[in-house]
Amino acid sequence: MIYLQLAFEFFKAGLFAIGGGLATLPFLIQMSQNYPQWFSIDQLMQMVAVSESTPGAIGVNMASYVGYHVAGIFGSLTATFALVLPAFLTIAIVVRVLDRFKTNRRIIGAMEAMRPAVTGLIAAAGYTVLQSVLFTAEAGLATLRWIPLILFMILFFLQRIPRLQSIHPVAYIAAGAVLGIAFQL
Amino acid sequence: MKELWSLFTTFFLIGSITFGGGYAVLPILLREIVQKRKWIGEEELLDYFAVSQATPGVICVNISTFLGYHRKGFLGAVVATFSVVLPSLIIITTIAAVLTNFSDILWVQHAFAGIRVAVSALIASAVWNLAKKNTRTAVKIGIALLTFAGVAIVSISPIYVSIVFGVFGAFFFGRRREA
Repeated sequence: MIYLQLAFEFFKAGLFAIGGGLATLPFLIQMSQNYPQWFSIDQLMQMVAVSESTPGAIGVNMASYVGYHVAGIFGSLTATFALVLPAFLTIAIVVRVLDRFKTNRRIIGAMEAMRPAVTGLIAAAGYTVLQSVLFTAEAGLATLRWIPLILFMILFFLQRIPRLQSIHPVAYIAAGAVLGIAFQL
Repeated sequence: MKELWSLFTTFFLIGSITFGGGYAVLPILLREIVQKRKWIGEEELLDYFAVSQATPGVICVNISTFLGYHRKGFLGAVVATFSVVLPSLIIITTIAAVLTNFSDILWVQHAFAGIRVAVSALIASAVWNLAKKNTRTAVKIGIALLTFAGVAIVSISPIYVSIVFGVFGAFFFGRRREA
Protein backbone atom coordinates (compact mmCIF):
# COMPACT_ATOMS: atom_id res chain seq x y z
CA MET A 1 0.00 0.00 0.00
CA ILE A 2 2.73 2.44 1.02
CA TYR A 3 4.60 1.52 -2.18
CA LEU A 4 1.53 2.33 -4.25
CA GLN A 5 1.19 5.73 -2.57
CA LEU A 6 4.89 6.46 -3.05
CA ALA A 7 4.70 5.38 -6.69
CA PHE A 8 1.65 7.54 -7.32
CA GLU A 9 3.11 10.64 -5.63
CA PHE A 10 6.46 10.41 -7.42
CA PHE A 11 4.84 9.62 -10.75
CA LYS A 12 2.90 12.89 -10.36
CA ALA A 13 6.09 14.79 -9.46
CA GLY A 14 7.90 13.27 -12.44
CA LEU A 15 5.08 14.19 -14.78
CA PHE A 16 4.56 17.78 -13.69
CA ALA A 17 8.00 18.94 -12.50
CA ILE A 18 9.63 20.53 -15.52
CA GLY A 19 13.18 21.82 -15.59
CA GLY A 20 16.23 20.87 -13.59
CA GLY A 21 17.69 21.27 -10.16
CA LEU A 22 15.14 22.12 -7.52
CA ALA A 23 12.06 21.69 -9.78
CA THR A 24 10.89 18.68 -7.73
CA LEU A 25 11.17 20.55 -4.40
CA PRO A 26 7.67 22.15 -4.51
CA PHE A 27 6.19 18.68 -5.01
CA LEU A 28 8.11 17.26 -2.05
CA ILE A 29 6.93 20.12 0.17
CA GLN A 30 3.37 19.36 -0.82
CA MET A 31 4.01 15.68 -0.08
CA SER A 32 5.20 16.48 3.45
CA GLN A 33 2.04 18.53 3.97
CA ASN A 34 -0.27 15.83 2.61
CA TYR A 35 1.54 12.96 4.36
CA PRO A 36 2.96 14.44 7.59
CA GLN A 37 3.80 10.94 8.83
CA TRP A 38 6.25 10.49 5.90
CA PHE A 39 8.69 13.32 6.65
CA SER A 40 8.79 16.84 8.11
CA ILE A 41 10.06 19.99 6.41
CA ASP A 42 13.17 19.78 8.66
CA GLN A 43 13.85 16.24 7.47
CA LEU A 44 13.26 17.33 3.88
CA MET A 45 15.94 20.04 4.28
CA GLN A 46 18.38 17.41 5.47
CA MET A 47 17.58 15.37 2.35
CA VAL A 48 18.11 18.41 0.10
CA ALA A 49 21.50 18.99 1.75
CA VAL A 50 22.58 15.38 1.17
CA SER A 51 21.21 15.45 -2.40
CA GLU A 52 23.19 18.58 -3.24
CA SER A 53 26.38 17.20 -1.69
CA THR A 54 26.42 13.82 -3.43
CA PRO A 55 26.77 12.85 -7.11
CA GLY A 56 23.65 12.46 -9.23
CA ALA A 57 20.79 14.70 -10.31
CA ILE A 58 19.20 16.44 -7.31
CA GLY A 59 15.67 15.31 -8.26
CA VAL A 60 16.71 11.66 -8.46
CA ASN A 61 18.72 11.86 -5.24
CA MET A 62 15.77 13.36 -3.36
CA ALA A 63 13.41 10.67 -4.67
CA SER A 64 15.85 7.96 -3.55
CA TYR A 65 16.18 9.56 -0.13
CA VAL A 66 12.48 10.19 0.49
CA GLY A 67 11.63 6.68 -0.71
CA TYR A 68 14.21 5.15 1.62
CA HIS A 69 13.08 7.30 4.53
CA VAL A 70 9.43 6.30 4.04
CA ALA A 71 9.74 2.61 3.18
CA GLY A 72 13.35 1.36 3.12
CA ILE A 73 15.26 0.10 0.11
CA PHE A 74 12.17 -0.94 -1.85
CA GLY A 75 10.68 2.47 -1.13
CA SER A 76 13.81 4.03 -2.56
CA LEU A 77 13.55 1.93 -5.74
CA THR A 78 9.81 2.62 -6.05
CA ALA A 79 10.13 6.40 -5.67
CA THR A 80 13.10 6.70 -8.03
CA PHE A 81 11.61 4.62 -10.84
CA ALA A 82 8.19 6.24 -10.44
CA LEU A 83 9.84 9.67 -10.79
CA VAL A 84 11.63 8.64 -13.97
CA LEU A 85 8.78 6.71 -15.62
CA PRO A 86 6.65 9.63 -16.95
CA ALA A 87 9.70 11.20 -18.60
CA PHE A 88 10.65 7.85 -20.08
CA LEU A 89 7.20 7.38 -21.62
CA THR A 90 7.09 10.97 -22.90
CA ILE A 91 10.49 10.66 -24.53
CA ALA A 92 9.53 7.36 -26.18
CA ILE A 93 6.94 9.43 -28.09
CA VAL A 94 8.92 12.65 -28.51
CA VAL A 95 11.96 10.89 -29.98
CA ARG A 96 9.87 9.95 -33.02
CA VAL A 97 8.78 13.52 -33.71
CA LEU A 98 11.90 15.28 -32.46
CA ASP A 99 12.33 17.72 -35.33
CA ARG A 100 8.73 18.87 -35.23
CA PHE A 101 8.76 18.98 -31.40
CA LYS A 102 11.70 21.32 -31.04
CA THR A 103 10.40 23.88 -33.53
CA ASN A 104 6.72 23.73 -32.51
CA ARG A 105 5.76 27.27 -31.52
CA ARG A 106 3.08 26.06 -29.08
CA ILE A 107 5.66 24.05 -27.16
CA ILE A 108 8.19 26.89 -27.25
CA GLY A 109 5.40 29.22 -26.02
CA ALA A 110 4.42 26.83 -23.23
CA MET A 111 8.04 26.67 -22.09
CA GLU A 112 8.27 30.44 -22.09
CA ALA A 113 5.40 30.65 -19.59
CA MET A 114 6.54 27.63 -17.57
CA ARG A 115 9.96 29.09 -16.73
CA PRO A 116 8.61 32.06 -14.72
CA ALA A 117 5.98 29.73 -13.22
CA VAL A 118 8.71 27.33 -12.05
CA THR A 119 10.57 30.34 -10.63
CA GLY A 120 7.44 31.20 -8.62
CA LEU A 121 7.04 27.57 -7.53
CA ILE A 122 10.59 27.33 -6.20
CA ALA A 123 10.19 30.74 -4.53
CA ALA A 124 7.09 29.42 -2.75
CA ALA A 125 9.04 26.31 -1.70
CA GLY A 126 11.83 28.56 -0.39
CA TYR A 127 9.26 30.62 1.53
CA THR A 128 7.91 27.51 3.30
CA VAL A 129 11.42 26.31 4.08
CA LEU A 130 12.55 29.70 5.37
CA GLN A 131 9.56 29.90 7.70
CA SER A 132 10.53 26.61 9.31
CA VAL A 133 14.14 27.75 9.69
CA LEU A 134 13.56 31.28 10.99
CA PHE A 135 10.61 30.77 13.32
CA THR A 136 9.92 28.52 16.27
CA ALA A 137 6.39 27.90 17.40
CA GLU A 138 6.38 28.17 21.19
CA ALA A 139 3.02 27.89 22.89
CA GLY A 140 1.35 28.52 19.55
CA LEU A 141 3.27 31.77 19.10
CA ALA A 142 5.70 32.18 16.21
CA THR A 143 8.99 33.61 17.48
CA LEU A 144 11.69 34.91 15.14
CA ARG A 145 15.11 33.31 15.69
CA TRP A 146 17.75 35.99 15.20
CA ILE A 147 20.90 33.92 14.80
CA PRO A 148 19.56 31.80 11.90
CA LEU A 149 18.24 34.99 10.26
CA ILE A 150 21.65 36.70 10.40
CA LEU A 151 23.46 33.54 9.21
CA PHE A 152 20.95 33.15 6.39
CA MET A 153 21.53 36.71 5.22
CA ILE A 154 25.32 36.35 5.34
CA LEU A 155 25.23 33.05 3.40
CA PHE A 156 22.80 34.51 0.86
CA PHE A 157 24.80 37.69 0.21
CA LEU A 158 28.06 35.74 -0.05
CA GLN A 159 26.53 33.96 -3.04
CA ARG A 160 25.75 37.30 -4.70
CA ILE A 161 29.46 38.23 -4.83
CA PRO A 162 30.53 37.51 -8.43
CA ARG A 163 33.95 36.16 -7.47
CA LEU A 164 32.37 33.61 -5.15
CA GLN A 165 29.83 32.32 -7.73
CA SER A 166 31.97 29.34 -8.65
CA ILE A 167 32.04 28.02 -5.07
CA HIS A 168 30.25 24.68 -4.90
CA PRO A 169 27.05 24.39 -2.78
CA VAL A 170 28.82 21.69 -0.72
CA ALA A 171 31.07 24.44 0.72
CA TYR A 172 28.03 26.37 1.97
CA ILE A 173 26.49 23.21 3.41
CA ALA A 174 29.75 22.39 5.22
CA ALA A 175 29.92 25.98 6.51
CA GLY A 176 26.33 25.61 7.71
CA ALA A 177 27.23 22.47 9.67
CA VAL A 178 30.18 24.21 11.36
CA LEU A 179 28.11 27.30 12.16
CA GLY A 180 25.30 25.11 13.50
CA ILE A 181 27.67 23.45 15.96
CA ALA A 182 29.43 26.73 16.85
CA PHE A 183 26.19 28.58 17.61
CA GLN A 184 24.41 25.54 19.13
CA LEU A 185 21.44 26.08 16.79
CA MET B 1 25.37 -6.76 -26.11
CA LYS B 2 28.75 -5.07 -26.17
CA GLU B 3 27.09 -1.79 -27.06
CA LEU B 4 24.56 -2.12 -24.22
CA TRP B 5 27.41 -2.76 -21.80
CA SER B 6 29.22 0.36 -22.97
CA LEU B 7 25.95 2.31 -22.57
CA PHE B 8 25.71 0.97 -19.02
CA THR B 9 29.28 1.88 -18.05
CA THR B 10 29.07 5.31 -19.73
CA PHE B 11 25.86 6.40 -18.05
CA PHE B 12 26.81 4.86 -14.71
CA LEU B 13 29.94 7.02 -14.90
CA ILE B 14 27.89 10.11 -15.82
CA GLY B 15 25.50 9.49 -12.90
CA SER B 16 28.49 9.13 -10.58
CA ILE B 17 30.36 12.31 -11.51
CA THR B 18 27.51 14.78 -12.07
CA PHE B 19 26.91 16.97 -9.03
CA GLY B 20 23.73 19.01 -8.81
CA GLY B 21 21.03 19.23 -11.39
CA GLY B 22 20.12 20.75 -14.71
CA TYR B 23 23.00 22.42 -16.46
CA ALA B 24 25.70 20.64 -14.45
CA VAL B 25 25.46 17.59 -16.70
CA LEU B 26 26.08 19.44 -19.99
CA PRO B 27 29.89 19.88 -19.82
CA ILE B 28 30.22 16.26 -18.67
CA LEU B 29 28.16 14.99 -21.62
CA LEU B 30 30.19 17.16 -23.98
CA ARG B 31 33.38 15.53 -22.78
CA GLU B 32 32.18 11.91 -22.41
CA ILE B 33 29.69 11.55 -25.27
CA VAL B 34 30.81 14.08 -27.90
CA GLN B 35 34.58 14.35 -27.50
CA LYS B 36 35.68 10.97 -26.10
CA ARG B 37 33.14 8.53 -27.54
CA LYS B 38 31.99 10.60 -30.55
CA TRP B 39 28.47 9.12 -30.35
CA ILE B 40 26.88 12.38 -31.53
CA GLY B 41 27.96 15.89 -32.54
CA GLU B 42 27.89 18.91 -30.27
CA GLU B 43 24.95 20.50 -32.07
CA GLU B 44 22.87 17.34 -31.76
CA LEU B 45 23.66 17.17 -28.04
CA LEU B 46 22.45 20.76 -27.56
CA ASP B 47 19.24 19.85 -29.43
CA TYR B 48 18.64 16.91 -27.10
CA PHE B 49 19.40 19.13 -24.13
CA ALA B 50 16.86 21.75 -25.22
CA VAL B 51 14.17 19.10 -25.69
CA SER B 52 15.07 17.53 -22.30
CA GLN B 53 14.27 20.85 -20.65
CA ALA B 54 10.84 20.93 -22.31
CA THR B 55 9.85 17.37 -21.44
CA PRO B 56 8.66 16.46 -17.94
CA GLY B 57 11.15 15.14 -15.43
CA VAL B 58 14.76 15.54 -14.38
CA ILE B 59 16.91 17.02 -17.21
CA CYS B 60 19.92 14.78 -16.59
CA VAL B 61 17.78 11.63 -16.78
CA ASN B 62 15.82 12.85 -19.81
CA ILE B 63 18.91 13.48 -21.87
CA SER B 64 20.29 10.07 -20.91
CA THR B 65 17.05 8.47 -22.11
CA PHE B 66 17.35 10.36 -25.41
CA LEU B 67 20.96 9.33 -25.90
CA GLY B 68 20.13 5.70 -25.08
CA TYR B 69 17.39 5.77 -27.73
CA HIS B 70 19.70 7.32 -30.24
CA ARG B 71 22.31 4.63 -29.65
CA LYS B 72 20.31 1.41 -29.35
CA GLY B 73 16.56 2.09 -29.55
CA PHE B 74 14.12 1.23 -26.77
CA LEU B 75 16.44 -1.21 -24.99
CA GLY B 76 19.24 1.34 -25.12
CA ALA B 77 16.92 3.93 -23.54
CA VAL B 78 16.07 1.52 -20.71
CA VAL B 79 19.73 0.77 -20.04
CA ALA B 80 20.85 4.43 -20.16
CA THR B 81 18.02 5.59 -17.86
CA PHE B 82 18.58 2.79 -15.38
CA SER B 83 22.35 3.22 -15.22
CA VAL B 84 22.26 7.01 -14.79
CA VAL B 85 20.03 6.74 -11.67
CA LEU B 86 21.79 3.67 -10.22
CA PRO B 87 24.67 5.60 -8.54
CA SER B 88 22.12 7.89 -6.83
CA LEU B 89 20.22 4.87 -5.49
CA ILE B 90 23.38 3.23 -4.14
CA ILE B 91 24.96 6.37 -2.65
CA ILE B 92 21.79 7.85 -1.17
CA THR B 93 20.46 4.69 0.45
CA THR B 94 23.90 4.10 2.01
CA ILE B 95 24.08 7.64 3.39
CA ALA B 96 20.45 7.56 4.56
CA ALA B 97 21.07 4.29 6.39
CA VAL B 98 24.19 5.66 8.08
CA LEU B 99 22.65 9.03 8.99
CA THR B 100 19.68 7.39 10.71
CA ASN B 101 22.11 5.91 13.24
CA PHE B 102 23.74 9.26 13.98
CA SER B 103 20.73 11.53 14.09
CA ASP B 104 20.24 11.19 17.86
CA ILE B 105 23.64 12.68 18.73
CA LEU B 106 23.29 16.25 19.98
CA TRP B 107 26.06 17.91 17.95
CA VAL B 108 24.82 16.17 14.81
CA GLN B 109 21.46 17.83 15.44
CA HIS B 110 23.18 21.23 15.80
CA ALA B 111 25.08 20.59 12.56
CA PHE B 112 21.86 19.79 10.72
CA ALA B 113 20.16 22.90 12.12
CA GLY B 114 23.02 24.91 10.60
CA ILE B 115 22.80 22.96 7.36
CA ARG B 116 19.10 23.84 7.11
CA VAL B 117 20.03 27.53 7.25
CA ALA B 118 22.64 26.99 4.51
CA VAL B 119 20.15 25.09 2.34
CA SER B 120 17.56 27.85 2.63
CA ALA B 121 20.24 30.34 1.55
CA LEU B 122 21.06 28.09 -1.44
CA ILE B 123 17.38 27.90 -2.40
CA ALA B 124 16.98 31.68 -2.04
CA SER B 125 20.01 32.15 -4.26
CA ALA B 126 18.63 29.73 -6.87
CA VAL B 127 15.36 31.71 -6.90
CA TRP B 128 17.32 34.94 -7.34
CA ASN B 129 19.21 33.55 -10.35
CA LEU B 130 16.07 32.04 -11.92
CA ALA B 131 14.18 35.31 -11.46
CA LYS B 132 16.94 37.31 -13.13
CA LYS B 133 16.81 35.01 -16.16
CA ASN B 134 13.10 34.20 -16.43
CA THR B 135 11.13 37.28 -15.38
CA ARG B 136 12.19 39.93 -17.88
CA THR B 137 8.74 41.10 -19.04
CA ALA B 138 5.69 42.34 -17.14
CA VAL B 139 3.67 39.25 -18.13
CA LYS B 140 6.41 36.93 -16.88
CA ILE B 141 6.77 38.82 -13.59
CA GLY B 142 2.98 38.46 -13.26
CA ILE B 143 3.17 34.70 -13.87
CA ALA B 144 5.90 34.29 -11.23
CA LEU B 145 4.06 36.42 -8.64
CA LEU B 146 0.70 34.73 -9.27
CA THR B 147 2.33 31.31 -8.89
CA PHE B 148 4.09 32.36 -5.69
CA ALA B 149 0.91 33.78 -4.16
CA GLY B 150 -1.20 30.81 -5.28
CA VAL B 151 1.15 28.19 -3.87
CA ALA B 152 2.63 29.93 -0.81
CA ILE B 153 -0.53 31.63 0.44
CA VAL B 154 -3.54 29.78 -0.99
CA SER B 155 -1.74 26.36 -1.14
CA ILE B 156 -2.68 25.54 -4.73
CA SER B 157 -1.10 22.30 -5.94
CA PRO B 158 2.01 22.82 -8.13
CA ILE B 159 0.36 20.47 -10.63
CA TYR B 160 -2.30 23.02 -11.53
CA VAL B 161 0.36 25.70 -11.94
CA SER B 162 2.20 23.58 -14.52
CA ILE B 163 -1.01 22.80 -16.42
CA VAL B 164 -2.50 26.32 -16.36
CA PHE B 165 0.65 28.18 -17.39
CA GLY B 166 1.64 25.50 -19.90
CA VAL B 167 -1.67 25.98 -21.69
CA PHE B 168 -1.55 29.75 -21.23
CA GLY B 169 1.94 29.93 -22.74
CA ALA B 170 1.04 27.71 -25.67
CA PHE B 171 -1.72 30.13 -26.65
CA PHE B 172 -0.35 33.49 -25.45
CA PHE B 173 3.36 33.22 -26.29
CA GLY B 174 2.84 30.52 -28.93
CA ARG B 175 0.50 32.52 -31.16
CA ARG B 176 3.31 34.77 -32.36
CA ARG B 177 4.92 33.80 -35.64
CA GLU B 178 8.34 32.26 -35.41
CA ALA B 179 11.06 34.45 -36.85
